[in-house]
Amino acid sequence: MVKVRIIPCLDVKNGRVVKGINFVDLIDAGDPVEQAKHYSENGADEICFLDISASIENRDTIINVVKKTANEVFIPLTVGGGISSINNIHSLLKAGADKVSINSAAIKNPNIIKESSEYFGNQCIVVAVDAKKVKNDWYVFSHGGTKNTGLFALDWIEKVQKLGAGEILLTSMDKDGTKSGFDTNLLRKVSEFLNIPLIASGGVGTLEHFYEGVKIGKANALLAASVFHFNEISIKEVKEYLFKKNIEIRL
Amino acid sequence: MKHITIIDYGSGNVLSAQKSFIKVLNENNIEAKVLISKKLNDIKNSTHIVLPGQGAFATCMNGIKNTPGLIEELYDFAIIKKKPFLGICVGMQMLATDSEENGIHEGLNWIEGHIKALPSNNLKLPHMGWNNVKPTKKNNLIENSEDFYFVHSYYFKCKNEQNILAETQYGINFSSIVVKENIYGVQFHPEKSSSQGLRLIKNFVSK
Repeated sequence: MVKVRIIPCLDVKNGRVVKGINFVDLIDAGDPVEQAKHYSENGADEICFLDISASIENRDTIINVVKKTANEVFIPLTVGGGISSINNIHSLLKAGADKVSINSAAIKNPNIIKESSEYFGNQCIVVAVDAKKVKNDWYVFSHGGTKNTGLFALDWIEKVQKLGAGEILLTSMDKDGTKSGFDTNLLRKVSEFLNIPLIASGGVGTLEHFYEGVKIGKANALLAASVFHFNEISIKEVKEYLFKKNIEIRL
Repeated sequence: MKHITIIDYGSGNVLSAQKSFIKVLNENNIEAKVLISKKLNDIKNSTHIVLPGQGAFATCMNGIKNTPGLIEELYDFAIIKKKPFLGICVGMQMLATDSEENGIHEGLNWIEGHIKALPSNNLKLPHMGWNNVKPTKKNNLIENSEDFYFVHSYYFKCKNEQNILAETQYGINFSSIVVKENIYGVQFHPEKSSSQGLRLIKNFVSK
């Protein structure tokens, strides 16, 4: 059977790795190529770069980072952040990215999902959704989790799947940066109707949290940042833990 | 001196494939050139050919059909001269007789079989991630059962069992490596499968 994937996510700003605590305070944590290589050699199943520089003049820095990474890293690489056009997607894939993750651009123009998945194949189009609970419903938030789009998260995810998304990267904005565990209720609700793979993100702080993401949330992949970057938990520890708990994992 | 050519017909991430071959060659001190090309002369001068493929089957087939003389040159290389040939993902699927992806489309028919949709049976599609590849017979491409990275929704159903080199389980048992003499096809991405992928590439280059 296919294995549960463990994905370290590197937030990259102007070519350097940073990680936001709830997307606000940024702490520099190194060179993205070296970090990606380190993670790949230590059991990561994929690597994710989230480009948070996003201003147009800095778009080229991420392209160079991707090119350098492709020389050194031989596991799948997903790049997200600030992608607004088919041209962006094309240049990232050409530079050596395997998948791109689209967020705001899809909210602004859902058709970009359809166009890009038809053109490049749905396997390389990940749609990232930042969800936050307001009263009793989850809503899609944009602009790094600051703006409520008014879209119901579950409806939106169903829609992007229909439009041709190949995977969903679902971040709980309530949980992100809190280290209190994934939002397993949200994950469970989404995985119940989703036919494409689901990547869980936001909130992981302990080994048990990883297990809950798979066992309760039914996620196909687990994404984390700070617990890995600050060496609180190693990918190897996560994998051995999940293996012992009878989760299919690549050791 | 080996000449490895990765066929470029406008399909996906060929750069990663090139980089992985370069990495293997450098690490093993093998003298070689790795080109990304569709020039007929480059193919003629090659010792090894890699046919990558991403996206829809028909788009990939059209990509190689649209380069005049390309199919004939590949045929000469793989079928007549019997030099080492490796198809990756849709590049593997194109070796088949035909595919049912978005209607019936003819393939190269170098290895008899049909490309069929993976049954979903409550499983997520595409089949995406690391899965076990189990050799069904002794061979010099992969020695043991190992995990490789897959991304696909269709699989190669071989007509002849002797063309199956390895199998993988995802809802059903499907052929994850096919073979016919000098021609190999892998459904997964060795260039994205970490050290075990690089080892497979080394074994291919050593042929």
